Amino acid sequence: MPSPLGSPAVVLEALLEVRDLHVTFRTRNGLVTAVDGLSFSVLPGEVLGIVGESGSGKSVSMLSLLRLIRDRNMQITGEVIFNGADLLTMPEQQLRALRGREIAVIFQDALTALTPVYTIGWHIVEQIRAHEPISKREARARAVRLLEEVGIPNAERRMDNYPHEFSGGMRQRVLIAMALSCNPRLLVADEPTTALDVTTQAQILDLMLELRKAHGSAIIIITHDMGVVYEIADRLLVMYSGRAVEQGPTRSVFRDPRHPYTWGLLGSIPQFTATGAKRLQAIPGSPPSPLRVPEGCVFAPRCRFRHEACSERPRLRGGDDHLDACWLPDEAKEKLRGETLAYAGGGREGDHAGSGAR
Amino acid sequence: MLRFALRRALSTVVVLWAISVMVFLIFFGTPGVDPALRIAGRDASPQVVATVRHEYGLDKPLPVRYALMMYHLLIRRDITSYVNPGLKVVPEIASAVPVTLSLVIGAAVIWMLVGLAMGLVGGALRGSPIDPLLTAVGVLGVSLPVYWLGEVVNLITQSRLHGSLFSWVPPPGYVSPAQSLSGWALHLLFPWLTLAVLYAGIYSRVFRAELVTALGEDYVRTARAKGISERRVLFRHAARCSLIPVISLFGLDFGALVGGGALVTEVVFGLPGIGLLTYNSLQTLDLPVIMGTVLYAAFFVVLANAVVDVFYAALDPRVRRA
Ligand SMILES: Nc1ncnc2c1ncn2[C@@H]1O[C@H](COP(=O)(O)OP(=O)(O)O)[C@@H](O)[C@H]1O
Ligand code: SF4
Ligand SMILES: [Mg+2]
Repeated sequence: MPSPLGSPAVVLEALLEVRDLHVTFRTRNGLVTAVDGLSFSVLPGEVLGIVGESGSGKSVSMLSLLRLIRDRNMQITGEVIFNGADLLTMPEQQLRALRGREIAVIFQDALTALTPVYTIGWHIVEQIRAHEPISKREARARAVRLLEEVGIPNAERRMDNYPHEFSGGMRQRVLIAMALSCNPRLLVADEPTTALDVTTQAQILDLMLELRKAHGSAIIIITHDMGVVYEIADRLLVMYSGRAVEQGPTRSVFRDPRHPYTWGLLGSIPQFTATGAKRLQAIPGSPPSPLRVPEGCVFAPRCRFRHEACSERPRLRGGDDHLDACWLPDEAKEKLRGETLAYAGGGREGDHAGSGAR
Repeated sequence: MLRFALRRALSTVVVLWAISVMVFLIFFGTPGVDPALRIAGRDASPQVVATVRHEYGLDKPLPVRYALMMYHLLIRRDITSYVNPGLKVVPEIASAVPVTLSLVIGAAVIWMLVGLAMGLVGGALRGSPIDPLLTAVGVLGVSLPVYWLGEVVNLITQSRLHGSLFSWVPPPGYVSPAQSLSGWALHLLFPWLTLAVLYAGIYSRVFRAELVTALGEDYVRTARAKGISERRVLFRHAARCSLIPVISLFGLDFGALVGGGALVTEVVFGLPGIGLLTYNSLQTLDLPVIMGTVLYAAFFVVLANAVVDVFYAALDPRVRRA
């Protein structure tokens, strides 16, 4: 889907610009590098999808944008420019005014994401009144409208229900309503559909797309599901071991993926056949421990195309809007990729049937 | 919520009845022992034993005896001690209750304030040097034995420094607040503090642990992401949820203490409460008094539990439906 504001003649001011973000944790076992030099930007109204296996630093990078990690052993460096100001250096007071109002976050598990002792209505009213000086009654009326908007039946009555009285999908809708209640310019959704069944998942994605139209928010959606990003994202950022290994317009990445890790991810989309969903290939091996990140290319230990050049760390590069961090020459990639898929589809079918199941 | 409270009240009544039956069976239904001899006390004359036998209907079948006991206990309230002739059990307990309540409520106020404050500061400032300091203080409080602490306090305030620093401390004993409010408070001040030390230690540990867990929960992260103040995150979200298990613990401790668990403090400070009454009756094997205090204690523990459950449900919506 083209960016709604996209026009090559105009250089758009990015809404969010992240430059060289590093997040490390001092732990008993040594220094954990969770995010390692991540850079990306989000235009107003754009949907950016961030994909990668679990542990690749997706959540940590998003949480550290808003300085939501309270860990004395954590260190963040880099720049996070939102609307011209650096979120990482601004005073807490000022950042707090942005949280929830300009940048809202939706977390994965909607059951644990809401304080269990308060009603849904209480939560939404708290969010509204944190940033707008309106009466409880006005806030409540707006909360009811929001719940109606996200498709909760009997919204007025459901306001007084507690989180545990909702189903998973409904709770996720509540979280979305809460996140949208101050019309944020950026919505960060960390695996908003992972805990849901396929049907509910599709409904929530549709809802998010609809709401983006109505509220005009840019969205960063984190997921490890390539199917989800294909449906919703304008641009794609593929993360591996705390680094961006490929990024570009969704269409372009799906049509012409350039990093062997992305090939693996695309190969692991379930294919629908007569016998039902079937997983063709999971990427063999597992991500490196964040305690011992390889010197050169982080993907090297799992890469079939590893060669001498790979002992040096590849930078994100590319002629156009589509970047990748791999030393393979562009001309060779298409052919090699074809090999990967044939290899995966032929001999190994079924090998990993269980390992990647969600 | 109301339905929950009513249901809980009903089950409380049933439990109390069951306890009264059990206590009755222990005292009157144990085979091979003549309850009359035990009730009459050591070295009682045959006439006294005969009176006991008649009064408690010990020649009648068990259900009749149970009804008779309850009749004397609750309606006539005239069960008497044979070891201390003239001592009526029910009025004796009734006069001891305000003493124990004064002691326990006062101590509870202190330990809840101090313990929760310590837990709150420790939990909120985890990782700073204040936290381990508070932990050390809490552990010290937990590990000081009450009788030892009480004796030391008495030694200091009643003799060693009584001439100088602590000349204002009255002698051990109890003054009713109706008689003199300041006298009441002065007499109870050190017993309150002594009893509160242990519990303040326990509650600070429990509350801190709960708070630390809560602060790591997803809902706290959501609350922070909303842009509300850190103070509001701490009090309205984390502390509010951490309080739930603390309240249920409080109910149990409070019930047990009012039921006679403050025995040591009462004995050390000469407070004529339920604990002291139980202690004295145990020493003289005064069975009617023991029976009365046991029933009273059970009553309080069960009642406190019921009150706590209702509170718990008010605090935690997830419990109400269960
Ligand atoms: N508080 C922490 N202390 C140490 N390591 C952490 C901490 N939080 C996250 N990590 C590490 O950071 C890495 C990235 O985690 P995360 O961002 O949650 O991955 P993702 O969201 O992509 O699944 C993981 O390897 C995790 O072990
Ligand atoms: S740089 Fe080398 S090891 Fe890394 S993905 Fe490319 S070919 Fe594989
Ligand atoms: Mg995550």
